[in-house]
Amino acid sequence: MIPELGHFALILALSLALCQALLPLIGAQRNDATMMSVARSAATGQFVFVAISFGCLTWAFLQDDFSVLYVASHSQLSLPTPYKVSAVWSAHEGSLLMWILILAGWTLAVARFSGDMPQKLVSRVIGVLGLLSVGFLLFALLTSNPFERLVPAALDGADLNPLLQDPGLAIHPPLLYIGYVGFSVAFAFAIAAMISGELDQQWAKWTRPWTTVAWLFLTMGIALGSWWAYYELGWGGWWFWDPVENASFMPWLIGTALIHSLAVTERRGLFKSWTLLLAITAFSLSLLGTFLVRSGIIVSVHAFASDPTRGFFILAFLGVVIVGALALYAWRAPSMDSSAGFALLSRETFLLLNNVLLVVATTVVLLGTLAPLIVEMLNGGKISVGAPWFEVAFLIPMLPLIFLLGLGMHTAWRKQASDSWIRVLRIPAIIAVVLGIVIPLLFYGRVSVMIAVGCILAVWMVSTALVLPLRSWRREKGTAGITRSTLGMSVAHLGMGLFVLGATVVSSFGMEADRSIRIGESLELAGFEFELRELRQVQGPNYSAIEGVVEVRDGGEFIGTVRPQKRQYLVQKNWMTEAGIHSSLNKDLFVALGDQLGDGVWSIRVQYKPMISFIWIAAFVMALGGVIAVSDRRYRVPVRGRQDANDVVAEAV
Amino acid sequence: MKPRQQRMLAVGLAVLGVAIAAGLTLRAFEDNMMFFVDISDVIAGEYPEERNFRIGGLVVDGSVMRQEGALDMSFRITDMRCELGVEYTGVLPDLFREGQGVVAHGAMGDNGIFVADKILAKHDENYMAPEVAESLAKHVDEKTQTLREGTTECEQP
Amino acid sequence: MLRYFMPLVVIIVLLVFFYKGLGNDPGVLPSQYIGKPAPVFELPSLKDASRTVSNADLKGQVSLVNIWATWCTGCRAEHGFLMQLAEQGDIPIYAINWRDRRDSALSFLSQLGDPYVASGFDEDGRVGIDWGVYGAPETFLIDPDGQVVYRFTGPLSDAAWQREFVPRIEELRQ
Repeated sequence: MIPELGHFALILALSLALCQALLPLIGAQRNDATMMSVARSAATGQFVFVAISFGCLTWAFLQDDFSVLYVASHSQLSLPTPYKVSAVWSAHEGSLLMWILILAGWTLAVARFSGDMPQKLVSRVIGVLGLLSVGFLLFALLTSNPFERLVPAALDGADLNPLLQDPGLAIHPPLLYIGYVGFSVAFAFAIAAMISGELDQQWAKWTRPWTTVAWLFLTMGIALGSWWAYYELGWGGWWFWDPVENASFMPWLIGTALIHSLAVTERRGLFKSWTLLLAITAFSLSLLGTFLVRSGIIVSVHAFASDPTRGFFILAFLGVVIVGALALYAWRAPSMDSSAGFALLSRETFLLLNNVLLVVATTVVLLGTLAPLIVEMLNGGKISVGAPWFEVAFLIPMLPLIFLLGLGMHTAWRKQASDSWIRVLRIPAIIAVVLGIVIPLLFYGRVSVMIAVGCILAVWMVSTALVLPLRSWRREKGTAGITRSTLGMSVAHLGMGLFVLGATVVSSFGMEADRSIRIGESLELAGFEFELRELRQVQGPNYSAIEGVVEVRDGGEFIGTVRPQKRQYLVQKNWMTEAGIHSSLNKDLFVALGDQLGDGVWSIRVQYKPMISFIWIAAFVMALGGVIAVSDRRYRVPVRGRQDANDVVAEAV
Repeated sequence: MKPRQQRMLAVGLAVLGVAIAAGLTLRAFEDNMMFFVDISDVIAGEYPEERNFRIGGLVVDGSVMRQEGALDMSFRITDMRCELGVEYTGVLPDLFREGQGVVAHGAMGDNGIFVADKILAKHDENYMAPEVAESLAKHVDEKTQTLREGTTECEQP
Repeated sequence: MLRYFMPLVVIIVLLVFFYKGLGNDPGVLPSQYIGKPAPVFELPSLKDASRTVSNADLKGQVSLVNIWATWCTGCRAEHGFLMQLAEQGDIPIYAINWRDRRDSALSFLSQLGDPYVASGFDEDGRVGIDWGVYGAPETFLIDPDGQVVYRFTGPLSDAAWQREFVPRIEELRQ
């Protein structure tokens, strides 16, 4: 009964989504306030019914209702309760339902926090979001109903894929989806602006916080995914340039460009058509990611089970949404660009460069991802593009980007005088060059050109990011400090610097070794000694495991014990490697058990990963920057009677 | 700057950036793309020499050999028509098993043995890399023909 | 003016490209046996190793051959539906138990029910390979002459059954 209720709620949500899409859009065209007023309540209703539907599926998992096919395929009686909940979004049908719930959630948020916006704009934004909801609800109901019954019911389920039984993965998809779907709000704002033909600085001010929030969730989602791959896929890498990872990374890159382009549009009323195009592209790439992951068109370790019918549906949906949006763009955008000027040495120029480089970086990732597909279609045989290519190709736009970023932060709008510019940037530049060479030499004993370049750029970014907050902190009493917006920018760029530092150090000084070992023996890597003390049987709730107890010593001094496991899950009989990681701020020591080689000998992989935790800390610092920027007071003050507020905003990017 | 100049700047920078990036990335691409080669083609001598490529197939039952207590191992891999010996040193993926599909990265050694530097097996029992499945399908179909018509098996040059 | 159309052109090219890519989907594997005799097999019966199951059993009737294994999750998912189908008794289901262990296969069937008329035990997977099986479960529809009419990959469900099998079976029986 409950599953049918869930299914029915989903159908009701579809009809409400139709109302939410059509009435406000038509109403806005006809200037009909009654029709437009439907927008907010329909959005609320749609959210309620989608939430009910999602709740029903969750309930079916918690109750072990194996008469539901989806539950029987992805859960099991002895599965720990938290994983029964996360199993809801562990596969295609449920994750699609979660996608729909998040979209409805964003729509609800727009409906609630748009009190100061003109009714027409709100109606159009909510209407466009409604159209997207209709598309996804149809997709779920027609091709991917999670409530399909299994008759007769199974006695027990087939269990959740052991790889997914992990706290990191349980929360990674929701964060990622909040990010992905969040770009639909910027997309809806862009469409609404193009329908009305009006795009002013006020529009950019309304669009910006939504984009920033989506971006910060995407940042955290990607970071968590990378962290999960690091410790759960077992082999110590943190980014594989896998098509599915790339699919989440491309919207992030374009989303980052969009945030910066919106800054120019808000502050100066420039880059309007460019901002629109980025808003469309960011969401299109999110959709493209879904298509790649769910259609089976691209081979990946993460890909969902492939189903061509679903592939065709998403492709058709993708086509309608993107072609529609871009056709509207081709029609409307030409009349929207404004013609204010700026000097060569100005904030605008740097933000333009930022955008160009980010788009180039995205193109690189897109080409690398699609290359196997293109080559195969041209009958060039089956190829794969390895991570080394991405690492080289991606750095080409990124190195200048990072360098210019430090300059751009300290460049004034319109026109910057070069003497004061050099005065400000002199100190960070000296610090960067000195520390960038000294840090690797001092801590790791060697330096090369690439290492120095990486470290210098990282320190450059950190030091230039700290200038404004430091200056504000040391200011005289009574003078104005920096706005939250500027502080947010500084913190996010600081995070980016930390990331570059972590990534440079771990890829330059990381070490790994595959060895064979028996109980009582020890091996040495990077000055650390790993001793295998014992091997024992451990029983988990739904698996049994062989656990190695490995003592780690640094120069003879005991620093910790790690317990890598080799798990066998009882239902699916899969073997899974659970790495043991000794983690501290400046390094991770990573131990994974391999196979039994006979005669009491095991293969073991040990890795030394200096500063790898910086990568994830950095991502959260970036996200924190986003939080600070969004909390800026200009976003909280209603627009009426605050015309002068825009002048205060001037400082901020 | 005037809008027109702005636009010229934007377009100029974009073209320059894309051109440089394209040049460099294409060169790197040459070095880094890896072909997937059918095992039968490898046996017939049709594989890229002096560079890495990928092979895939089923691990032949009973072919996995290990030196007791050492990381070196060898096994045979089949596309249901031809078999190829593979050598590997290191830790194997969790789902590496006899009779299961694997993909190996590496190059041919001098003795007609494929020296793998990386072995991949997917994290899902039911999964088989599509190129492996396709390669198997081709030869399985040939094999049934062969059984019916009684022609020869694996051809060596 | 033209530059505002560029994104549209680019995306249309990409979409056409993806459309073709979907058509090329390596996941879709049309069996090359369709319309041809089912591959020859003779396997020991799962329940009684002294008896065999072979092509001869399939002759003279429309039948299904289901490839399954206890380790395969999709097979568990479709098992309930197969039981339902067996109870209706409309069509005999033969099985090839693929790359499995005899004891676990037998306990699976005794716990969840046995929908099969007969099961062949393909321990080393050779017959599965002859049939071009890539992963369990797969279900083949065989006509009275022993020819393969249709091949279905993945777990069977009522919807798939109504859509793919029922019309074909009706056609065969006319």
